[in-house]
Parts: sequence; C-alpha cells; structure tokens
Amino acid sequence: MKLLTLNFLTCARKTCKSAPSSFPLHPREAELEVVQADVNLAFLKNILPRLMWGELRTITGELGLPTLPDTAPERSALFTAAAAVSETTTPGVDPEAIDAPEHPAPVEEPEETPTQTAIDLHRILLETCIKEGKLVCGNCGHEYAVKEGVANFLLPGHLV
Amino acid sequence: MSRPEDTLPPDLFYNDTESRKYTTSSRIQKIQSDMTHRALALLQLRSPSLILDVGCGSGLSGEILSNDAEEGTPGGPHVWIGFDISASMLGVALEKEVEGDLFLADAGQGVPFRPGTFDAAISISAVQWLCNAETSEESPAGRLSRFFNGLYASLRRGGRAVCQFYPKNDLQKKMVSSAAVKAGFGAGLLEDDMGTKNAKTYLVLTVGGGEMDGDITGVVRGMDGVDVHDDRRRIKNRKGEDKKGSKAWIMRKKEQMESKGKVVKTNSKYTGRKRRIAF
Repeated sequence: MKLLTLNFLTCARKTCKSAPSSFPLHPREAELEVVQADVNLAFLKNILPRLMWGELRTITGELGLPTLPDTAPERSALFTAAAAVSETTTPGVDPEAIDAPEHPAPVEEPEETPTQTAIDLHRILLETCIKEGKLVCGNCGHEYAVKEGVANFLLPGHLV
Repeated sequence: MSRPEDTLPPDLFYNDTESRKYTTSSRIQKIQSDMTHRALALLQLRSPSLILDVGCGSGLSGEILSNDAEEGTPGGPHVWIGFDISASMLGVALEKEVEGDLFLADAGQGVPFRPGTFDAAISISAVQWLCNAETSEESPAGRLSRFFNGLYASLRRGGRAVCQFYPKNDLQKKMVSSAAVKAGFGAGLLEDDMGTKNAKTYLVLTVGGGEMDGDITGVVRGMDGVDVHDDRRRIKNRKGEDKKGSKAWIMRKKEQMESKGKVVKTNSKYTGRKRRIAF
C-alpha cells in the first residue's frame, strides 16, 4: 500500500463518514518496503494540489520517516527546464535515510526535468509502501490489516 | 451466456482455480483488453491521472492503465488504485506484480476514499455482481446505491467513470443506471454490438462541473458509428399551459373526471363561459 493511497483512504464504516478523525488512517506496526518506479512528473504535478500535506506529515512521522517540510512544495518547484538542471534540494527531506538503494535516474524529458524535490516527493508517495501492519481509524478504532501490501477493507456485517 | 453471479457470491466463486483460469484464458484477456481500451476512449484522459479500478480482479485492466501513451493508453501512464472482493484474484495480481495499489473491499459497502480523490474511475465486468445480495440484511438496490454514492463522492468535479457490465435484462440495466442517477451522476448507457450475443453495455457517468461536456451525449460527440437515443422526458413548457379556471382547464378537468368514471355534466355552450361584469 503506497503512501499516496494512504493519503486518500478513509474508514469504510458508514458512521465514520461524517467524522473528521476518520481520515487519515493511522499505520501501526508497519513494515515498510521501497518499490522502484519511474518518476512520472506530469502525474506529480496533477496530484500535488489534492494532497493533504498536514496528514502526510503526520503519517510519515508515525512511520518514523524523516520529517517533511512544513508546507507542500510549489508546483513550479517540481521541474526545471532541461537547459538549466539545477541542484535544488528540499531542506529536511533526506531520502538516504529511508533504507533503500540510490535514487532512480531522473527521467530525461525533452522540455522539463524533475528536480530533487520532485524525486523526493515521488519516493515518499509512490515508492514507499506499507508491506505488513495495520491501519487504525482515528474515530472508531477499527483495525484494517495489511498483508503483503494488500489492505483488507471488508467489513463484517454488523459494522457495515 | 454463463451467469456466474447466479451461482455463488464473487468472493467464493473466484477461488484460486477460477481466478487462474480467468486470468490465463487468452480469450478473456482479449475481451477485457478491448473493453478497457473502449472505456479509456470514453474517459478521454489527456494527462497522467489517478484512476480507481472497481473490481480490478487480477489487474487485467490495470495493466493497460499503467501503459505509456505510445503503447495505446491515452494520457498514460496513469497511476491506479484497484479493489476487489476476491482475495484469490488479488493474489494472482500480486504474483503478476501489477503497478497499481490493491486492496480487498466490497464495492457494495461503499468506496472508502475522501471526497474528490480520483480523476476517473473504471470498472470492467464487475457491477452486475452488485445486483445480487447474499444476506437478508442487504438488498441489491441498497448495495448499488451505496456504491454509486461512494463513487460520486470520491470523484473530483468534472471527473468521469465508465462501468462496463453485463446486465441480465432491461430491468437490471434500469436498476443500475437509476441508482447512478440518484447518486447525482449524469448517466448514460452505451451499447456495443447491440442485439447480438456479444453485446457490451457501458455505463458512462459524469460528475457535474469542470470543462467537459455535461453528459454522455457530450462524451460520444465526434465518435464514429454511435447513434444517440435520448429517452429523457423533456420538461414541457409550462408557461403556455391552461390557467386554472379558464375554459380549457375546465374542459381538461371534465375529461379527466370522465375518464375516471365519475358522472360529469355534458358540455354545453355555457360550459366555462366567462361571466360578464353585471354593471
């Protein structure tokens, strides 16, 4: 389960729908893994305004990942024109701290190149996955088990 | 046509053997891939988007979503999140190492995402399973409405959803589309190979707002070989209708009463005649 998905998932119970604390689900006893994927700059630009940055920070904090900057990066900070590839790094995000091999090579696009900020964001959202553990609703306390990266959101009849 | 949904609930029907059979059959692969491409054409995505795959199964449709634009996926590669009720199917998807995120959930219990999450949603051969209820506590209509309400909320404004399904009869077709309309979608049915054994029904759903054309008639505009049958009732222009108390109104009411079998006075030259002012 990618952290991107976790930034959108809420509790499946009907009674939790109206409660603000049903989002985000809190990971417990989580075992993380990093799955390599290609950087998709256009997707990152698309998804950035929809992210709940505060909740993402809470989740990364709970998972023991390095703290993210206070505010979400600007859309313009994600890419540079191919002519001037600058070495912009986000303060605070240290991708090496995640136990993983080196960065994937930045995708060479004709007009835009992802910056370090984009690569870090990509690493957090799309490459960091919860492999085992559980997700706990902040409102009702229901635990959703995660096994082999697949969360179980089936509710027993009395909870539907 | 075989109807597996009449035999067993989906989580039991798609066990390990059945899931493997489904995923390795080249015939089913071909049909699923054709239908996914058709659904993608209806979604008209232009840039990499976040897509929900309802009833993703073993990821046959998801694999196509993660393809590049060069490999035939418009606007790709997309990032997708899929759920299915069958653990065996998801197991097959895990073995295939599909790129999307998977989780186990029942669409009839709702869609557990916060509002405005997805750009689009796709569902290939899944919605007909919602027309069956396995316990006495739930009903097909209830399951459908829970699903469509959840789906409507989780799509962003201007988003679209395409659900391909196999309706058993016209009644089921109507039940599904009216549940979608009740949830707030602009809904329309697109049928390929109508009247043949290979008929495929696509429910095209649009969420209001955004820059796109309102409903299915806007979606299929410019597509080849599509006939539009608009069965929506036009709201009559009420302005020109009879004023209460006028002669035409009285005549209509008398006709109505007569058709109900009530005793109505016969019409004469005095019926509904205007009374002149005495002075």
